This record gives sequence, structure tokens and C-alpha cells, in this order.
Amino acid sequence: MAEAVDISRETYTEKYGFHDTEQHVFKIRKGLDHSIVDEISRMKGEPEWMRDTRHKALDIFLAKPMPTWGGDVGAINFQDIYYYVKPTDEEAKTWEDVPADMKRTFDRLGIPEAEQKFLSGVGAQYDSEVVYHKIKEDLEKKGVLFLSADHGLKEHEHLFKEYFGKLIPSADNKFAALNTAVWSGGSFIYVPKGVKVDVPLQAYFRINTKDMGQFERTLIIVDEGAYVHYVEGCTAPTYSSDSLHSAVVEIYVKEGGRCRYTTIQNWSNNVYNLVTKRAAAYKNATMEWVDGNLGSKLTMKYPSVYLMEEGAKAEVLSIAFAGKGQHLDAGAKAVHLAPNTTSSVVSKSISQHGGRAGYRGLIKVAKGAVGCKSTVRCDALILDEESRSDTYPYMEIEEDDVSVGHEATVSKIGEEQLFYLMSRGLSEPEASAMIVSGFIEPIVKELPMEYAVEMNRLIQLQMEGSVG
Amino acid sequence: MSQPDLIVKDLQVSVDGKPILKGLSLEVRKGEVHAIMGPNGSGKSTLANALMGHPKYTVDSGQMLLAGEDIGELEADERSRKGLFLAFQYPTAIPGVSVANFLRTSLNARRKEQGEGPIPVKEFRTLMRSHMATLKMDDSFAGRYLNEGFSGGEKKRAEILQMSVLKPQIAVLDETDSGLDIDALRVVSDGVNALRGPDLGIVLITHYQRLLNYIKPDFVHVLVAGRLVRSGGPELALELEEKGYDWLIEPEAANTQA
Ligand SMILES: Nc1ncnc2c1ncn2[C@@H]1O[C@H](COP(=O)(O)OP(=O)(O)OP(=O)(O)O)[C@@H](O)[C@H]1O
Ligand SMILES: [Mg+2]
Repeated sequence: MAEAVDISRETYTEKYGFHDTEQHVFKIRKGLDHSIVDEISRMKGEPEWMRDTRHKALDIFLAKPMPTWGGDVGAINFQDIYYYVKPTDEEAKTWEDVPADMKRTFDRLGIPEAEQKFLSGVGAQYDSEVVYHKIKEDLEKKGVLFLSADHGLKEHEHLFKEYFGKLIPSADNKFAALNTAVWSGGSFIYVPKGVKVDVPLQAYFRINTKDMGQFERTLIIVDEGAYVHYVEGCTAPTYSSDSLHSAVVEIYVKEGGRCRYTTIQNWSNNVYNLVTKRAAAYKNATMEWVDGNLGSKLTMKYPSVYLMEEGAKAEVLSIAFAGKGQHLDAGAKAVHLAPNTTSSVVSKSISQHGGRAGYRGLIKVAKGAVGCKSTVRCDALILDEESRSDTYPYMEIEEDDVSVGHEATVSKIGEEQLFYLMSRGLSEPEASAMIVSGFIEPIVKELPMEYAVEMNRLIQLQMEGSVG
Repeated sequence: MSQPDLIVKDLQVSVDGKPILKGLSLEVRKGEVHAIMGPNGSGKSTLANALMGHPKYTVDSGQMLLAGEDIGELEADERSRKGLFLAFQYPTAIPGVSVANFLRTSLNARRKEQGEGPIPVKEFRTLMRSHMATLKMDDSFAGRYLNEGFSGGEKKRAEILQMSVLKPQIAVLDETDSGLDIDALRVVSDGVNALRGPDLGIVLITHYQRLLNYIKPDFVHVLVAGRLVRSGGPELALELEEKGYDWLIEPEAANTQA
């Protein structure tokens, strides 16, 4: 078994887990205190209100106890982390202007190629800062903003301030407070009324430095009747010591607008991934989270949608795949605050080699939110005896006139299925991988073709060497 | 005459410690069709599964040789890539995996074994469509999830479609006729007959003479209680149709049953 897992680690290391020699322009000393926060803020030349926000958030972070539910976060040593590593002086607008090593890294990850082929814009973050950012001109002309969050704050301070931290205030949870205190990088998107961005925007988050924390902050505002599909991908080098990734994502979808947010997470197995993602959907607006979680040591992530006004819709599609030594606690949250709002959650979790994958979700219907509909479906596939799956479906329903459905299944790969596929010439790992890709197909088919292919490839990779 | 392409020698197989096959021998050459008939529970599917290498079926003694090679220790996938095929009596559903995707993956596994690269997508589509046309399957079938919600007849067609694409040396068809209406029976039989030829040996497991009107066997064997009790030509099947199996059951076995 141990040997088998090494194979997949090796493959990860070769494809994603490599690292460049460090060549940052600035690296803050390890640890976290007010002077560190001050220095980050000073380096960024931020307005005072932001610096104050950071300091207050740090106080909240220090005061809040560690969460005792979800996964084991006890081993994180907050003083043993670099909170800010600045890779370059300037964000580049052409790949030629990105330092060669970093450019090579993103080339290996296929980002410039994807940008050419099927994206409207790309942001590439390397450690703490975005090193490349670009949006297609025609979108820029229509008034679409797609910037790094830092540039968003600099160039559109008014808009940024209006929305920053309103959905996820620092006090929301310990890791949201941490992010607010030391945030750096991330995306800022504004889509004007009626503008439909047909081709996805993508951000890629890459950790390079050992013992570092990445704390990007993303703010997306989709105005009335507008549409955007935002995709994020992420990878990190395989190090023997842990890294921390703790992002905050806030999204506003105005009347009749629609936002789809797709994540293809592929962290190395030494990353703590503790992320808060929340969207507010207004009248007849639609928010869709498509959340593909692979890799990481521990992931705690429950994308949520607050259905603020009548007719708002939420859809969450979530995949979590846990292998050896991994715990993926993923899920979803839908809060129905207005009548005739709907939510639908489909979760597929897979565990193998002693990994633990689960669904944790909350469906809440507030008093007065009549005529709401919600369906939750979670399926778990357990690939061997040592692995584990958990389902924690919480419901808080304060209204009678609602329709709420929950369905859950747990299955194991059947001997008959394996034999059937093997009798057609597929090796046991190939057969298992095929069963797994079939299992997540209802979600993968929602992805644009390129990402569907990518997702299946990542599953394949995770399964490689899984048997014999 | 050449060496038989499939040799089963005195095969004893048990399931969960219970002996099912009690010394079965069979030789099949490419180009031949062998029908195996026998009462329910006599061990026909056990033979099929043991040949294919199902982990639940334990070979206690005897030998299975494919093209002269002992395949007894090989995994099912290795047997398949060496040219053995089993059309299942009860094909398993694989949710979320399309027929086309599955077919292409298994064909590529076979090609890899033969040192060939993956089949180009277009070439594959043409190949698959032509076989589907022979089996009178609608194009949309390729996009359906494998055996999920298939009718009995669709499942059997899908099995023969796989066989057509994979081009085995030896194919075991386990009650491929069951659940088929008359028209489907004809179509599926046509599909099998189209593959029949000097490069393929077929073991045809069936309960009904009817199938043998469409796929004419060269030999007919009768399996009773884990043993082949009688072998003959096509006329044996007609005799069975008329008389049933009772007359073939060994006297002492018949006595204990009485
Ligand atoms: N997977 C299995 N688990 C338990 N028992 C089995 C299994 N497969 C076969 N058997 C047993 O072995 C015996 C022979 O079964 P087998 O399926 O080979 O018969 P068959 O000749 O194919 O019958 P039928 O004509 O009904 O298809 C039966 O008693 C059956 O219950
Ligand atoms: Mg049978």
C-alpha cells in the first residue's frame, strides 16, 4: 500500500509538486503579529481603512478559539508560517514580462495555452501576489472589470469598499478573520448590467515557497441581468512541512444575474485548505458553485448561498476525493431568506487508502420564506475498507410551506463492476478509475469540455498506483 | 489438425467452497461453434466465469489453456487482452460511463497490449457506428450509460457490440438469447454470424434450440451437475428439445433425485 501511494505522490510531484528556486523580491519574517500586518499593509500602500480593518481582524483571529468540528486543525503552527512573499515588483500584462522561472511554472501548468484557447481573461497568482493579469479587450470595452484584488482596491476603491467584508465579516470565523488580516492577491470582478461574459475568466493560484500561507481575497459583483463564469485552479509543491491556504470569496449576484464559480482544486497533500466562500443572490438571480476538491491535507470548505430575494436560485455541485492521509470536509450551505427561492445540492465524495471525505451541509429556511424548494443529494463512494465517508446534513426549517428533500447513498465499488470492466481488458486501477469517473459524471458533465477532461485526468492521477 | 485454441482440461471449480464443476473438459478451435446446453444450476455460467477469471470462482484443479498458454493464474483483464471474451448472462451497469467511452477505453487497452497506439477518435466512431448499424442500434445508444436502464434486449445487443469491437479469439456467449424477442434474436444472431469465421471460436451457452437455428453449432455438449455428460452434433440439440435432460442424467444421480 505505502508503495502504491508513493507512485501517485511521485506523479503529483512531477506534474504539479515541483518548485522553483525562491526568487521573490520580498519575504516577510515568519510569524504573525500586528507588526507583520502593518508591514504587509505598508508594502501595499493601502488606504488607512484597510489597514484598520486588517488590525481589527487580527484581534478577532487571536481571540477566537480554533474550531473543534470539521477537521483537525490543531497541528497548524501559526508562528511557523510566512504570511507574505512578494514574487515580483509589478503585475505583468504580457507573459514575456513574467520572470522566466514563474513563466515556466505556469507553462507547465498549461495556463498561457488555456488562455489562448478558451478563456476571456486570466489572473496568475504566485505565492502572495498576482504576477500576471489580463482580460480580453472587448470585455474591457464593455466595462467588465477583472483585476487582481489589490488592483481592484487601488483603482476602484469606492466599489471595493462598498462590498468588501460585507458578506463575510472578519468575525464570521477564525479563518475569515485570518484572511482579512493578511489577505493578498485574489480577484476582483465587476460585470456591468446586462453584460454576459460567455467565455470563462480564470484565476490560477500557485504556492511556491516552503512554509508559506496564501491568503487571496476574491470579490465578484455581477450586476443586474449579467453573467459570468469564473474558474479557479490551484496547485502547490509537495513539501515535507505544511502550507496553509485560507481564502475568502464574496460574491454578489444582482437581480436576474447569474454567476457560476468553478473550482478545480489540486493541492499537494501538505496543504491545509480552509476557505470561506459565500454568495448573495438577489431577485431571480442564480448562483452556482461547482466545487472540485482534490488534494490537500485537510480541506474545510462549504460554499454557501444566501437567497436574499424572491425567486433566487442556488445550485451547488461538489466533488471531494480523499486519499491517504487526507481529510476532505466539503459541503454546501443554502440560506433561504425570501419566499419562492430554490436550492439544489449534489455532492459526490470518494475516499480511498484510508482517506476521509465527507459532506457537511446546512439548509436553512427562515420564517416567512414560504414556497421554498430545496433538494440535497449526497453520494459517497468508498474504495476500500480503510477509508471513510461522513455525511452531516443539517436542516433548520422555520417555515411550514416549503419542500425540502434529502437523499444520501453510500456505496463501495462492487466486485461485479470491477470484474465486468476487467473482463474487457481494463486493469484493476483503470477499472476503478472508470467507475469513479462515472460516479462523478453528473457533475463533470456540467464543466466546460476542457475542464471536464482536466477533472477526469486528475481523478486518473489520484487513482494511479491505487491498486497493486 | 492444429492445436485447439481453447483447452479446458478436467476443470474443477467451486464457489464459496461448494464444488460446482466436477471435472469438465472441452476443446475449441477457431472457426468452430460449440453449444453448451444444460439445466438451470448445472454450472454453465460457472464455466463462463471461471474461464474469464472471476475472483469468486475458485479453480480447484484442472487447466485452462488459451492458444497454448495456461491462463489459470491470469487476471481477467489479462485474459481479455489475450483474446478471450465473455458476453455476460447478466451484464452489470456502470453508471456515468457511456457506452462509447467504455468501448474506446477497452479497445485501446487491447491495442496497447498489441503495441499499437490509441485508435483515432474519428476512426473509432466509424468503427463503432458500423457495428451498431449491424446490430440495428440507434446512434444515441453510444451516449447512454453502460447497461444502466437497458432493457434485457439492449443489454444483450450491447454485449455483442463489445464483442464486435474487441474482436476476440474465443468468445463465450452466456445465454445471449435470453430476454430477446424474435426480431432481436435474429438481429443479435446476425451480429454473431457476421463475426463468425476462421479467426473466432465460439462457446454458445443456451437453453433453447431456437438460437441454434440462427447460429448453427458444429458441436453440442450437455452439461449436467458440473459434468459434460454427452457431446454430439447439432442433432443432439434437437433431441434435447424433444426429450429434455432427464434421459441423460446418470442413473445413480437420477435415482437419488427420485
Ligand atoms: N456467484 C455465485 N455465488 C454463489 N453461488 C453461485 C454463484 N455462481 C454460481 N453459484 C451456484 O453454482 C451453481 C451453478 O450455477 P450457474 O450459474 O453456473 O448455473 P447455470 O448452469 O448457468 O444456470 P442457469 O441456466 O440458471 O443460468 C448454482 O447452484 C448456483 O447457485
Ligand atoms: Mg447461467
